[in-house]
Amino acid sequence: MSAKADSAPVALRWQRIRMIPNPWLRFGLLAVALAYFAWSVGALDINWHRVANGIPRAANMLTRMFPPDFGRWSLLFKGVLESVQMAFAASFFGMLLAIPLGICGAVNLVPRPVYLVARTLIILSRTFHEIIIAIFFVKIFGFGPLAGVLTLVVASTSFISKMLAEDIENMPPGQLEAIRATGAGFPKLLLYCVSPQVLPRYLGVSIYRLDANIRHSTVVGIVGAGGIGQVLAATFSRYDYDFSLAILITIVSLVFAGEFFSNWVRGHLR
Amino acid sequence: MTAEQHAQKHPQVWRRFSPRDTLLRYIWYLGAVAVVVWSISMLDIPWFYFLDAHLQAYDLAYRMWPPDLEFLETLANPLLETIHIATLGTAATVVIAFPIAFLAARNTSPNAFTWFVGRFILVTSRSVNTVVWGLLFVAIFGPGPMAGIWAIAFRSIGFMGKLVAEAIEEIDVGVVEAIESTGASRLQVLWYGILPQVLPVIYGTTVYRWDINIRESTVLGFVGAGGIGILLYSSINQFQWQEVSLMLVAVFGVVLISEFVSAAVRQRIT
Amino acid sequence: MLTISNLEKVYPTGTKALSGVGFTVDTPQVVAIIGPSGAGKSTLIRCINRLVEPTRGLVKLHDTDILTLNRSELRRARRRMGMIFQEYNLVERLTVMENVLSGRLGYVSFWRAYRRKFPPEDVRAAFVMLERVGLAGYQDTRADALSGGQRQRVGIARALMQKPDLLLVDEPTASLDPKTAREIMRLLVELAHDRGTPALVNIHDVALAQTFADRIIGLRQGEIVFDDTADQVTEAVLTDIYGEEDWSTTIRREGNGADNGPETKPPDDKNGLIREAAAG
Repeated sequence: MSAKADSAPVALRWQRIRMIPNPWLRFGLLAVALAYFAWSVGALDINWHRVANGIPRAANMLTRMFPPDFGRWSLLFKGVLESVQMAFAASFFGMLLAIPLGICGAVNLVPRPVYLVARTLIILSRTFHEIIIAIFFVKIFGFGPLAGVLTLVVASTSFISKMLAEDIENMPPGQLEAIRATGAGFPKLLLYCVSPQVLPRYLGVSIYRLDANIRHSTVVGIVGAGGIGQVLAATFSRYDYDFSLAILITIVSLVFAGEFFSNWVRGHLR
Repeated sequence: MTAEQHAQKHPQVWRRFSPRDTLLRYIWYLGAVAVVVWSISMLDIPWFYFLDAHLQAYDLAYRMWPPDLEFLETLANPLLETIHIATLGTAATVVIAFPIAFLAARNTSPNAFTWFVGRFILVTSRSVNTVVWGLLFVAIFGPGPMAGIWAIAFRSIGFMGKLVAEAIEEIDVGVVEAIESTGASRLQVLWYGILPQVLPVIYGTTVYRWDINIRESTVLGFVGAGGIGILLYSSINQFQWQEVSLMLVAVFGVVLISEFVSAAVRQRIT
Repeated sequence: MLTISNLEKVYPTGTKALSGVGFTVDTPQVVAIIGPSGAGKSTLIRCINRLVEPTRGLVKLHDTDILTLNRSELRRARRRMGMIFQEYNLVERLTVMENVLSGRLGYVSFWRAYRRKFPPEDVRAAFVMLERVGLAGYQDTRADALSGGQRQRVGIARALMQKPDLLLVDEPTASLDPKTAREIMRLLVELAHDRGTPALVNIHDVALAQTFADRIIGLRQGEIVFDDTADQVTEAVLTDIYGEEDWSTTIRREGNGADNGPETKPPDDKNGLIREAAAG
């Protein structure tokens, strides 16, 4: 037995398995990454003098932030309320608009051209950041919550419809076939086969989106589209930092409450 | 069998939902609609704006066409800066989020207090939008890409930290025990027992967050935090719509490519 | 009742799934369609109610030429053809009763279907049907809580709720254990005979087909190579359909081999039958 063990080739080298096994490629990638960092930091137009002043500035800002000033609570409350209302209204319209768009974006339900158009719309509205969309609505509809609501409607619609379309596409094809075989037309197919299968997820996604809208409603105001964000941006430009902190604390608690609510509701959806 | 017995045996009535269920459902519907109606009515939406909205939109589209191709030269640098901000911000995130994730994971946090601190940092980071972080850092570092990088990093810490902490909490405890039983130090356990298990998650979330950050960094300029947003904002305010349309196309392309790259990389790692 | 002739299906990929398929079902009989995987059994069944659009040919149910119908006429024609599937294809999140009643979807309005208010006679028929398939009391169970055999019973009930003129059955037992498979086949055949409804059953289990079917059609590469009564299936026939293999244990023998002689049946006789079927 010992003879056999002796004769067996014993591995003298051991190496742990790397994600990129080829050492050239591995170190090459590392070198490229380092070179990129060096280049990009150099290329960026950074005023180092100004940055160096940042630390004392930050300290100054922090001291001016404390204690947070909740004295102007009525202004704060009005802004928060507007944000929340924007989120509710936008979620509702987003949910409604997402149904037709989501159905049209499901390749197993609609003809190819309809599918392509719907998917293009979804991708187009998802690519642009909410704030870019908000700026356009502010240009068309002027300052105020309407622009904010419309922005959030666009964002919600594209998000919910994307999820809805994916859920419909993931349905087992047999169920659709079976209901088609009973002689049911397209509306009844949606009603009796698609909707029971995707409804719980759709509601879950919509509630999640409500939560996301509350979060986003706090920032669209920065470009003038209403809500608490508009108040926040104003405090920063007036160096009103103690009020800024009060607003930030309120936003964080609001987001927290929204997340809690959304988790609670989604937990109760069967 | 009499007709009566027969009827009893095979009832003609069947309800899917009990009256109570139906009532509850309608109460939910009614509640949701009431909230939405209340929200919309409080927002004072000037509905007459919608009357000529399509004309406005048409007018805008007309002015945007064709994109001003000569603007491409001016555009190139800020566009590159946008990508740099996203990449450097993500790199900073990885460095900062990594230790925080270990604090915020139950099984690696030294004690309850450090766990709470870790969680608190993650929640705060996630609750404040990138643009709001941007406002803050512009106030500290002055306008420019430096503020943008930190805004990106501070928002992403919560995102990455949360996902990595969850991955740490779900690791295979057996491996850790085995390494502990060899008498390894805490740091060695971390290095040999935990890190290899969460590394794929770290790579995956980094690339995923990078692609989100590209999208976010396109708007940071609206608050002065560098990138193409500055240019976009000024062109919009000067009504240079042909420049705006070119920038939109560019942003669309960059975001789409980054999404594609990120998806491809993630597919390769996992 | 059902006439099919010259049926052909070429998929967009260029695969020829059916070519020149033709046969007639003019008595309420159970017809088993056997053949290897990829022979076109599923395509054939689906071409009859146009879940798959045939490339050319003729499908006639009573006097209706199925292939020339427009969409709304097709929906009406589909109501008359009940379909049963291998994977049951119940709507998982609906209850048993809703699934059974979905067989009536073609007959009720959208609004009624939405409120689940089906006509009383439909509800009663559904209860009778549930009892008949052995699922009395299960009406409020959700479909995803049922076992495979129970799901297939619901599938049968749904198809029969359509009061069909023809049953199209696609591999009803392929996902079931042998005992449940026999129970389901027995139920299916009993119901088809009781109601005088002809049934076309795709099945890959030859013994099961021989036990329960009145007539067997053999498909090979999209063409009919056998069409006769169940007791005419011999080793030679199976070799013709599936290829070379020892078939002696597969075939069900009634008279212990006395009356089934693979050698006694001349091959051209069989071909004659096929030609006849194709022409008729």
